Amino acid sequence: MIEPLLIDKSKKGRLAYCYPPLDLPRSFDHEFEHLPSHLQREGGARLPEVSELDVVRHFTRLSGMVHGVDNGMYPLGSCTMKYNPKLGEEIAQMAQFTQIHPLQDTSTVQGCLSVMYNLLEDLSSITGMSWGSLQPCAGSHGEYTGLKLIRSYFLKRGDLNRTKVLIPVSAHGTNPASAAVNGFDVVEVASNRKGLVDLDGLKSRLTDEVAALMLTNPNTLGLFEEDILKISEAVHEAGALLYYDGANLNAIMGKARPGDMGFDVLHLNLHKTFSTPHGGGGPGSGPVMVNDLLRPFLPKPDIVLREGGYAFDWDQADSIGKVSMFWGNFLVFLRAYVYILRMGSEGLRAAANHAVLNANYLAKKLKPYYEIPYTGGIMHEFVISVKNYKEQYGVTAEDFAKALIDEGYHPPTVYFPLIVDEALMIEPTESESLENLDAFIDAMIRIAKRAKSDPGSLKKAPISTPVGRLDQVKAVKEARVRY
Amino acid sequence: MSRILDTLRYSKDHEWVRIEGEKAYVGITDYAQDELGEIVFVELPPIGERYKKDEEISSVESVKAASPIINPIEGVVLEANEDLDGSPELINEDCYANHLYVLGSFSQEDYDSMMDGNEYKTYLASL
Repeated sequence: MIEPLLIDKSKKGRLAYCYPPLDLPRSFDHEFEHLPSHLQREGGARLPEVSELDVVRHFTRLSGMVHGVDNGMYPLGSCTMKYNPKLGEEIAQMAQFTQIHPLQDTSTVQGCLSVMYNLLEDLSSITGMSWGSLQPCAGSHGEYTGLKLIRSYFLKRGDLNRTKVLIPVSAHGTNPASAAVNGFDVVEVASNRKGLVDLDGLKSRLTDEVAALMLTNPNTLGLFEEDILKISEAVHEAGALLYYDGANLNAIMGKARPGDMGFDVLHLNLHKTFSTPHGGGGPGSGPVMVNDLLRPFLPKPDIVLREGGYAFDWDQADSIGKVSMFWGNFLVFLRAYVYILRMGSEGLRAAANHAVLNANYLAKKLKPYYEIPYTGGIMHEFVISVKNYKEQYGVTAEDFAKALIDEGYHPPTVYFPLIVDEALMIEPTESESLENLDAFIDAMIRIAKRAKSDPGSLKKAPISTPVGRLDQVKAVKEARVRY
Repeated sequence: MSRILDTLRYSKDHEWVRIEGEKAYVGITDYAQDELGEIVFVELPPIGERYKKDEEISSVESVKAASPIINPIEGVVLEANEDLDGSPELINEDCYANHLYVLGSFSQEDYDSMMDGNEYKTYLASL
């Protein structure tokens, strides 16, 4: 059954709470008088008028329709939907962390600042970088910040010619977006037959107009760029910088460090690799980490440890400035820090090992049933192509994904990376046990068999959900984003 | 099997060109529309602009991805197919009857270097 919107249950005058009359001057009204008239609201906001019980039932019912990692496997490739241990949640709910204000005097929040400082130290040693900033509030925001650092670096040197950023065809869509928003022109770099960066093709594009190459390693096919040291050397010889997209760090955490590979700047996704919730689209956290070359340009304020304690240092002449309100998503840092401390270096390494082992186990078991175009050195994820099923039985990647919903799984990433036709990108993460992986394999085999024997049934999926197959075209063409 | 018309010329990026007098009609091939899936938006190029061969001229967005349209022959944009503005699905329905844009003062040399139907068929088989 479809749950109606709260606005559909609205009854004029129905309330959850009755507040006493305001006995303070309405100072805000005065502020709003300065707004131009076209920005001022004419009528009241059209909000649902409902009782507390209506609200509680509405959201309780919706919560039962949601699929999260807490109620089933979530093999969404490149998103690292690992389990978020409840210890992190418990600590993040402590009043000592929740009942503080970002503008409090730093002498009264030394513990919180130490969390931020120590997390930066840990992230520096995990990535092999010098230092970083916790301000960016998402992976894409981290990318934006990283590219801005590169831009400032070249501006400071007076090297105004470097207007291009090279990006492999297999990259996440955010990479070209981040480059473009920073004013760079994007140039694509082709992949070779193994699905890796084509080194000769790259070299031919490395002119004195190139500011940076953005790489994800392992890349979005789940393959480690084995030529990374040669790539790094070629990029630096051309006077450009090397950017690391940390989306897939989970595969190499504690095993190999981007800094040692020659990367100059990177962003992390704490909500992927460091086990903080992706929860409902946020909040995320995308710290940016740099080597000494780019350190002077980091967002300010920096967090420093001085005699007398931790402090914010605003005195950074070359800083790109602030990139978020206040200091970033603190409760997300806290969960990541708890995760790192709890795991320790051995634990982080074990997580990476198991993430890679799980992906390889799935790939090996599914290979007899599904085409896996790139198999040379699979790391934490792999990409299936159901092109052959589409050609023979008319069943597409979308149909396979929808059928998985009826099997109780969140679908993998589909139609990405773009270099694989009818792609399903599977990332089990280290969280899943052997039994869980086997159950997923059985489901995938059942669907493969149905695709051959009864392709029409896959076209109807999902049938176990409150709503069936949605009309994606209508949703895009006639988008209604408000009631 | 993708539909290929013998009367058209084709590019490696899966655009087709048809010449009618002084005008060159440009669209995307049956293979391209099938790979894209249901098309939800077509960005039309600005009238009066000159584009070189292999230059990105506009884009087509489907439920799967946004893909650039690579201009197959040099020329000046005379018209854009406004019908696609509200009804991008026309390309899925008949990609050869519904062009994206029309070029004038185009390069005959670029056109001559494009694949004919048979060559394009061989090219598709090699992918």
